[in-house]
Amino acid sequence: MNASPDLLRVEEITKTYPVRRGVFGASDGRLTAVDRVSFAVGRGETLGLVGESGSGKTTCGRLIARLEAPDSGRIRFDGEDWLALSGKTLRRRRRDLQVIFQDPQTSLNPRMTAGDQVAEPLRVQGLVSRRQTRARVEELLAEVGLSADAATRFPSEFSGGQRQRIAIARALATRPKFLVCDEPVSSLDVSVAAQVINLLLDLRDRNGLSYLFISHDLATVERIADRIAVMYLGRIVEEGPAAELAARPLHPYTTALLSAVPDPSPASARARVVLAGEPPSPADPPPGCAFHPRCPIARPRCREEAPPLSAALPGRLAACFYPGELTATRGG
Amino acid sequence: MKDLALSVRDLRVELRLQGEWRAAVDGVSFDLREGEALGVVGETGCGKTLLGRALLNLAPEQARVSGTIRRRGRDLDRLTEEQWETVRGGEIALVFQEPAAALDPVQTIGSQILEAIRRHRRCSPGQAREIARDLLAEVSFPDPDRGLGDYPHRLSGGLKQRAFLAIALAGNPAILIADEPTTALDATVSADVLELLDRLRRDRGLSLLLITHDLGSVVRHCDRTLVLYAGRVVEEAATAELFAAPRHPYTRGLLACLPRIGSAGGRGPRRFQAIPGVVPDLGFRPAGRCAFAPRCPDRFAPCEAREPELFDAGSGVARCFLYDPGTPASLLAAAAPIRVDGPGSRAAGV
Repeated sequence: MNASPDLLRVEEITKTYPVRRGVFGASDGRLTAVDRVSFAVGRGETLGLVGESGSGKTTCGRLIARLEAPDSGRIRFDGEDWLALSGKTLRRRRRDLQVIFQDPQTSLNPRMTAGDQVAEPLRVQGLVSRRQTRARVEELLAEVGLSADAATRFPSEFSGGQRQRIAIARALATRPKFLVCDEPVSSLDVSVAAQVINLLLDLRDRNGLSYLFISHDLATVERIADRIAVMYLGRIVEEGPAAELAARPLHPYTTALLSAVPDPSPASARARVVLAGEPPSPADPPPGCAFHPRCPIARPRCREEAPPLSAALPGRLAACFYPGELTATRGG
Repeated sequence: MKDLALSVRDLRVELRLQGEWRAAVDGVSFDLREGEALGVVGETGCGKTLLGRALLNLAPEQARVSGTIRRRGRDLDRLTEEQWETVRGGEIALVFQEPAAALDPVQTIGSQILEAIRRHRRCSPGQAREIARDLLAEVSFPDPDRGLGDYPHRLSGGLKQRAFLAIALAGNPAILIADEPTTALDATVSADVLELLDRLRRDRGLSLLLITHDLGSVVRHCDRTLVLYAGRVVEEAATAELFAAPRHPYTRGLLACLPRIGSAGGRGPRRFQAIPGVVPDLGFRPAGRCAFAPRCPDRFAPCEAREPELFDAGSGVARCFLYDPGTPASLLAAAAPIRVDGPGSRAAGV
């Protein structure tokens, strides 16, 4: 029954929203936030999902967490048809898949102590007796590097990094197998972000966790992910092992993203790839390859035909007719 | 003095906390040269935003500000608010992180630029409109004529920041203070805006003070960089030097926390050599010793005994006893070896 080595398998999920023009305008048309997206995450593996505003990366995370339902497509999680679960079964299985959001300021309840927030999922899921709760909360706080006395304090008494640690402790309470992390370090200072990334890597090693790590920042994702998928306007345009993708991007959009990462080495050989124009609206995507109006190497074919996501190199997928052609090397 | 755009000495911004004055900006001094880009880097709570505001006499009312801000023989810190009205925007302009908050949502971009032009220049309505259009073109607005009639909510984050820049330039300032100008933007857009700032500086001979939490954004865009910690300058150096051979242990730690992908590509999942702890809150700054000592992997006896001043560290200055010529060699030998060979050659203590 559980033959698949993948913990999570997403197949062709699509999510659209109605678009209204003007305040009282009737719905006219639909915006495709996520367009036939497929990927898999193995046990103990981290997949980085990278994209800019409007790429659909956050919607992907919400669909997997079942905070929203896709219009079509399938999601298999831990050997089960994840979208078919409902009621009590869904509630029970949610233990295995938890979410961490960008801003712990808004995802934590300001009126509840840190201890009560970490204890809540334990209570709701009926995982430990009342007597054991306190010990388990202290254990969870210790696991994320907080002292036991943190349990009696309120979110406002913590720094941003500590609040994110509380949110992680809360997500870990049900001993999940999979965490969806949506921009978990984007609102943190660099030194604190580094601490949180280290914590996530430690937790993964200790508990065999798998992550879907969603971020706009390719450099951070490269630090934590085994594989990276790059999204543009609702579609995955490139996917591959993190180190290889960062060393040799195949899709021109990945090349542009990579070239925007500052390279402090004095001998930097990287030149910036400047994209033409503004990111198009997902409500009105260009025909053919959605990236073609901004692509430095677009040709007539790209205007007419959408390139499928296909194997460009062993283990590497790219949705481009000319993969690897654009490089960001100076003078290259 | 002729080549200095701004000279700041011993600037202090104090806030009252439980009945006591605490210095959020604590004796900051620096020179901004004509046409130079100076980076000011620091994390939350280092005082960088208050510093930027104080330079324009925009510190919060309840704050106590002291020190001198000199520009072309004038002490700006002695100006009246009325005199500031012409300096602000006319000589020194400010752009900050949230262009959405700075732009008036019910006025077109055009009328907001026109208002700024009228405040600082004498010209006919026709000329003003032409200047406004040219300003939008200068900040690479895709269709300047149409842009004049656009409302802020119709614009993407990157275009809002460009519109904000056009307004800031309307008074022909000589100095631009940019406080986290790209923090809310996507990576590719942020790189575009930083390059635009570069170009404006070159074309207009502007002096730029780029205030940011992100070391990555000063690397290609600033000639020199100041690193702030707990309200004080802890290191100042040419940016290339700062990255190649950071002197202060805090700078070294920050560089080790900077996710980067070198030209050779990535290496897959790996930990950071993170700095333990956090920047201390204003009310909990250790007095009479180095403020960074509790987090410092290199701390040794002198750090707990008194506060270090800025010492000559070869290519720049660093507020660290490792560079104090008065530190006995025996103590130095017992402390961590001075590493000038680049960041992160030793794991930060836990």
